Amino acid sequence: MTHMPQISRRFFLTTAAAAGGGLALGFHLPDTVPGAEAAPGPAEVNAWVVIQPDDAVIIRVARSEMGQGITTALPMLVAEELQCDWSKVRVEFPSPEENLRRKRAWGDMSTGGSRSVRTSQEYLRKAGAAAREMLIAAAAAQWGVPAVQCQAANSLVSHKPSGRTLRYGEVAEAAAKLPPPSELKLKDPKDWTLLGTPQKRLDVVEKVTGKPVYGIDVRVPNMVYAAIAQCPVFGGTPKSYDESKIRGLKGVRQVVRLPNAIAVVADSWWQAKTAIDALPVTWDEGQSGTVSSASIAEFLRGGLTAPEVAVVRKDGDVDAALAAAAQRVEAEYGAPFLSHATMEPQNCTASVTSDKVEIWVSTQSSEGALGAAAAAAEVPPEKVVVHKTMLGGGFGRRGAVQDYVHQAVLIAKAVGQPVKLLWTREEDIRHDFYRPTAMAKFTAGLDASGMPVAWRVRVTGPSILANLFPQRLTGGVDQSFANGFTEEMAYEVPNYEVGYAMRTTHVPVGFWRSVNHSQNGFFRESFIDEMAHAAGQDPYQYRRKLLSKDPVRLAVLDAAAQKAGWDKPAALGVSRGIALVEAFGSISAQVAEASVGGKGEIRVHRVVAAVDTGHVVNPEILRAQTESAIVYGLTAALYGAITIENGRVQQGNFDDYQMLRLADMPVVETVLVPSGGFWGGGGELGVPPLAPALCNAIFAATGKRVRSLPLKDQDLKAV
Amino acid sequence: MPHLLINGQPREVDVDPDTPLLWVLRDTLGLTGTKYGCGIAQCGACTVHIDGVATRSCSVPVSAAEGTEITTIEGLPANGALHPVQRAWIAHDVPQCGYCQSGMIMAVAALLKEKPQPTDAEIDAAVTNICRCGTYARIRAAIHTAAQA
Repeated sequence: MTHMPQISRRFFLTTAAAAGGGLALGFHLPDTVPGAEAAPGPAEVNAWVVIQPDDAVIIRVARSEMGQGITTALPMLVAEELQCDWSKVRVEFPSPEENLRRKRAWGDMSTGGSRSVRTSQEYLRKAGAAAREMLIAAAAAQWGVPAVQCQAANSLVSHKPSGRTLRYGEVAEAAAKLPPPSELKLKDPKDWTLLGTPQKRLDVVEKVTGKPVYGIDVRVPNMVYAAIAQCPVFGGTPKSYDESKIRGLKGVRQVVRLPNAIAVVADSWWQAKTAIDALPVTWDEGQSGTVSSASIAEFLRGGLTAPEVAVVRKDGDVDAALAAAAQRVEAEYGAPFLSHATMEPQNCTASVTSDKVEIWVSTQSSEGALGAAAAAAEVPPEKVVVHKTMLGGGFGRRGAVQDYVHQAVLIAKAVGQPVKLLWTREEDIRHDFYRPTAMAKFTAGLDASGMPVAWRVRVTGPSILANLFPQRLTGGVDQSFANGFTEEMAYEVPNYEVGYAMRTTHVPVGFWRSVNHSQNGFFRESFIDEMAHAAGQDPYQYRRKLLSKDPVRLAVLDAAAQKAGWDKPAALGVSRGIALVEAFGSISAQVAEASVGGKGEIRVHRVVAAVDTGHVVNPEILRAQTESAIVYGLTAALYGAITIENGRVQQGNFDDYQMLRLADMPVVETVLVPSGGFWGGGGELGVPPLAPALCNAIFAATGKRVRSLPLKDQDLKAV
Repeated sequence: MPHLLINGQPREVDVDPDTPLLWVLRDTLGLTGTKYGCGIAQCGACTVHIDGVATRSCSVPVSAAEGTEITTIEGLPANGALHPVQRAWIAHDVPQCGYCQSGMIMAVAALLKEKPQPTDAEIDAAVTNICRCGTYARIRAAIHTAAQA
């Protein structure tokens, strides 16, 4: 078994619908636009690098910025090889239609799965290296010297023998006309001068002055506003509405019926919102109007024992080993549906004319948005123009499905002028593609020394792929539902079997930051603690034994434990828990320190996170992402639950779908332990270890094993 | 027709008097730095100053803001210089997606005006805005930095 983190056969969101042509990922140099070479001023050296006469370097960023810092991290990958002056770098987002026109010169533009760095680092570094070589070649040609005598650094090409130099801005136009080098050698990581350094985010000044334009901020000439009411029961449709009740309301223009919703269009959004609230709508609720969280739980419970199961990993003979085991440990776990709750509610501005469809949208996948707009307007993709804006959070909500784009285009088509559709927070919480609810059942057999010789894992719940991308199922099976139990389960257990029983409900499910790792990390790492407890062993040392042949993961586990001071007692009344997770090609261990009061109130004091992403592009951004993921995981662990009654979501806003706030923020200490040699993702990694580390700390504090989240629903009172 | 004083400028707006101030700022006046997050004064993304007090503009009818001095994120810098809170935010690289940060900064600027050296407990009590990216640790550190400015 390799010690490198495994990238599981998980989703690969390439928005094939929008792509039109073949999928040409990666590296195309140069792919000039007709006319681009003749243009004065900025010279496009290749698709990623544009250099102005004044030496300003514009680096194209194909992915979406939703807070995770790719606006800074991805240009650093280019700039390292380009050898340009980092202070002269600016950023530009190419459009998806331009990407299509240029045979996908920028590759995959979708942003999710912690893929931005790990799947584009090579072609971005190559783009920087190619541009550098072309700049060198252009300068050498101007001097009439061999290129091998020239070097590039800090936006200057120099010819050592003669001492001459040329600025990048002076040779960029000539460089742009040269063929790209046929062979490229990337720098050895030990020679990096920019990668691995804590550079400031390039978007921070804008973001403290209120200047960035998010989708919700877009204003286009002649624009009207739409508010929407979607059928509260998923799968339902509007039956009728009484327009007379809103007739004459100021500013109200039109009611638009959509497949699953009614929209009101008005001169201002507030007028539209007021009108939709006043509009009586009756719904055909479809088949699911009686479904509840209780009925869904019952349905999933059946999946824990159902004979129809897809075995997704099998090592040895679990039955025989269980029969011979000295001790058995069994438990069942559960986790609820969760909403993404991006701070910016879903929205899209659209304009549909006879020759063009134009949209302005916060999207994790501008190509996906293009596809959604083309499908809604029933036009070919070439007729669509997408203006991608800043995103007020994404977390998986704004990528795979862009229902708000579809709706905005339909409304704009109906009203015949540009329209901004904005969902209320309530619509946003009640019409999400939720993190799936899930359950797990474990049976483990321990030998006389307390170590596991057999472990049977059964997981059950709704499949995201079956819901969104059934073509990506493997023989009808969603392998990703068991993420964290299959390739990414590195503990040494000789007889091990994992089964998944798919249980599809009417509640739409989708990718939520860390996806199935979010439930499975909690299940697995809590149960490892149960085994350690049954064995009478320290949970950190127990994990160490299970990783004894695995120095990479062991190093991460040790780093967290050492930083947390695991071998010394915590402060009086404070208990510790530990967890280790591997996800998105990276490894993280967390130690949570928490106390539980007499009434069951939980206080999380400190979280220590050790993180190994292989290489690190920008340690400050990785730290910020780790802090962010811990807050996301902690919010979910403490409060997160979307519940269903009468087929509909019961929560609607931040008063009943609670978020962590500053007062409850623990101290976070992040230890980066990059082991090099691979490129893992960092944006989601910190979510899955949090809940088990915290619940293991709660067990240490109270003796109560939490097997179901959120914690607000658990009785932790001292007896 | 409500008359408003926003960032030192008198503005007259043709809106229904019970329209929330937030939507007047954003849609009528184009001051989109102030954000909508919840509409029920829970998240604080819409925080502005009304007579110097941090106020959630989604829940203030525009009629109630007449005769007051309103400051939005666009009006926070004075004499072309960023506010100390904004400078501290840059020093600590606080924003991630950035959507909530206008409201955060307005809440903190009002706090520091009232309590120039706030304790952690005072910060906890005063800054109850939601940041879904989880920038809280940096926010706390930046508040202490701004308090030293």
